[in-house]
Amino acid sequence: MSTTKSIPAQQSGEKSTSGENLLEVEDLQVHFPIRQGIVFQRQIGAVRAVDGVSFQVKPGESLGLVGESGCGKSTTGRAVTRLLEPTGGTVRFDGEDITHKKVASMRAARQNLQMIFQDPYSSLNPRHTVGTIIETPMKLNGINPEQGHKKRAQELLEIVGLNPEHYNRYPNEFSGGQRQRIGIARALALKPKLIVADEPVSALDVSIQAQVVNLLQDLQREFGLAFLFIAHDLAVVRHFSERVAVMYLGKIVEIADRETLYSRPQHPYTHALLSAVPEVDPDGADNRERIRLTGDVPSPINPPSGCRFRTRCWKAQDICASEEPPLVQLIGSADGHQAACHFPEVKQVVAPEEIPAAPASAAE
Amino acid sequence: MAIELSPQSVDVNPASSFLEVRDLRVHFPTEDGLVKSVDGVSFSLEKGKTLGIVGESGSGKSVTSLSLLGLHKGSRARVSGEVWLDGEELVGMTEAQMRALRGQKVSMIFQDPLSALHPFFTVGSQIAEAYRVHHKASKKEAHERAVEMLKRVGIPQPERRAKDYPHQFSGGMRQRAMIAMSLVCDPELLIADEPTTALDVTVQAQILDLIRDLQEEFGSAVIIITHDLGVVAEISDDILVMYGGRRIEYGSVHDVLKAPEHPYTWGLLQSMPHLGGDVSQRLNPIPGSPPSLINLPSGCAFNPRCAFKDQVADGRCLSERPELLPVLDSDKHIAACHLTGDAKAEIRSASARGTK
Repeated sequence: MSTTKSIPAQQSGEKSTSGENLLEVEDLQVHFPIRQGIVFQRQIGAVRAVDGVSFQVKPGESLGLVGESGCGKSTTGRAVTRLLEPTGGTVRFDGEDITHKKVASMRAARQNLQMIFQDPYSSLNPRHTVGTIIETPMKLNGINPEQGHKKRAQELLEIVGLNPEHYNRYPNEFSGGQRQRIGIARALALKPKLIVADEPVSALDVSIQAQVVNLLQDLQREFGLAFLFIAHDLAVVRHFSERVAVMYLGKIVEIADRETLYSRPQHPYTHALLSAVPEVDPDGADNRERIRLTGDVPSPINPPSGCRFRTRCWKAQDICASEEPPLVQLIGSADGHQAACHFPEVKQVVAPEEIPAAPASAAE
Repeated sequence: MAIELSPQSVDVNPASSFLEVRDLRVHFPTEDGLVKSVDGVSFSLEKGKTLGIVGESGSGKSVTSLSLLGLHKGSRARVSGEVWLDGEELVGMTEAQMRALRGQKVSMIFQDPLSALHPFFTVGSQIAEAYRVHHKASKKEAHERAVEMLKRVGIPQPERRAKDYPHQFSGGMRQRAMIAMSLVCDPELLIADEPTTALDVTVQAQILDLIRDLQEEFGSAVIIITHDLGVVAEISDDILVMYGGRRIEYGSVHDVLKAPEHPYTWGLLQSMPHLGGDVSQRLNPIPGSPPSLINLPSGCAFNPRCAFKDQVADGRCLSERPELLPVLDSDKHIAACHLTGDAKAEIRSASARGTK
């Protein structure tokens, strides 16, 4: 599995220009208040969607963010692009603190910080032509390309593999995959350094999904883009991102480079996620280990004490309820591999017998 | 093109299998022309077995399943062909006859549980209603049955949750409630239309396990419609690959996934990233997009997206529609492609050398 080598090699050019991180997120919190009362609304609690998340993205690097729905991965993405106001913590982009920047000055920062949205049907204005959609970010930011807005938009259409003559068409004339390409062209219009891609391929068919993943990869190589790639499809994330962070209930439970994370996961949740992915190989299906998590993600309004995963964890003991495990690097694990667990795995994922069965699968 | 078959003209030739679909066609007349959503699909299914139907959006998977339930009756759709379920022909049935079967003998799990459940009624009452339609049961008995079903599909505190409304359930629980509703009358044929597409992998694994367990328990036949080949590999016995409303490959899961015979199936398999795959390798997508069902390309419907059409002599791919032919003398595995067996073997070994 000496596969990661080729991609970092191609990006070493970008990386060497600045050794520091492009995006630094520290202890990010996003809480949504719950209010009660008609005239005098008082806050009775908060949905702690993101509760202390820290990570860094280097220039030209792609960080994957995976987790179940409701774990806060999209909220994290939106807080990073400041579509949501962070409750606490800091977001530093390109050496600048953008956590609580004013709207006007944020606009300048967003030139380098763009987003691709999940649903290609609702993220494009149906009343605007493709040309308008792609030109608007340039006009709003006062960017006047030499060749003019129209030429630049057509150029972008060509870059994302669409016919430049479709400049005057409306989004409804395009299929899902093509619309997603328009969304990508719009994100590229400002020549950003970082793109937050929130489930960019999950609404697409498998064959089209591969086209879009390849396109994003080409763009990443060509323009040295950094990505925060949010997805719930573990295979796609592994394919696209050099480093992967696993989120559970508003926190990162494990972060590592993809080889380490997928072959030697330490957190039981990562383990369970990986074992739940259905594999195409019809023969391999029987002898793979299966960990079946029971129940759903607990409510982020009132998360469990201590380790948040303990309510579904087959290893949970008393300490898990009383003490929250810190996200730390274990002795002997790969560089940059951090996990937040009191009882981390230190085994290969391919050794099936050694892993204790989940209560769910044992009951069957 | 559509042959309108009245119930009388149906050849009385009951099927040997539990479910047998013969030459099913579902056409929709529209302003732009006739949409041939399903065009001559045949398959059979035994009790206790699972069939996976795979294809892109617009390939006719869902329309096939809806027509099995007779849900196109009364619409403008033209349905023809034969559907034999346990000795009865369904296409020619009246709506009243069909209604007696629905839920009782055939039932369906829909893709989006939030829109398939009624927001105004409690989950328990919706499940109980399905039971009372088919059984002479008091409200109390039906409610008890609903609670029992909710318990069976693994919903904690079923007595309390039966009184909840759908919006109070999470995505996975709603899907479980849907499954409980479709299983409340112990159907012999269960059709699951993308039952896990909207769910997370962990919940998906739970739901697939649940469907498998319930199938073992009740011995029902299951049709699972999905575009995820991983799900099919996990749960199905047979697999039917559809493209442009037609069958292009049909066989056992092992045969089709291990030795796919149609370039479209190769494409589907190659375009998916695998957990153990080589990350430096680019994905190999199928170029282009699915065809219009009004004007299918002439010849093989897949030809505009096929990389191998040049390898067939005389441009037959463009002019002649390939027949579904058995592969390697096995009558279980059929595929519709003009490529010869030798040519396919060569392409497959070449791509194996190239990718691995």
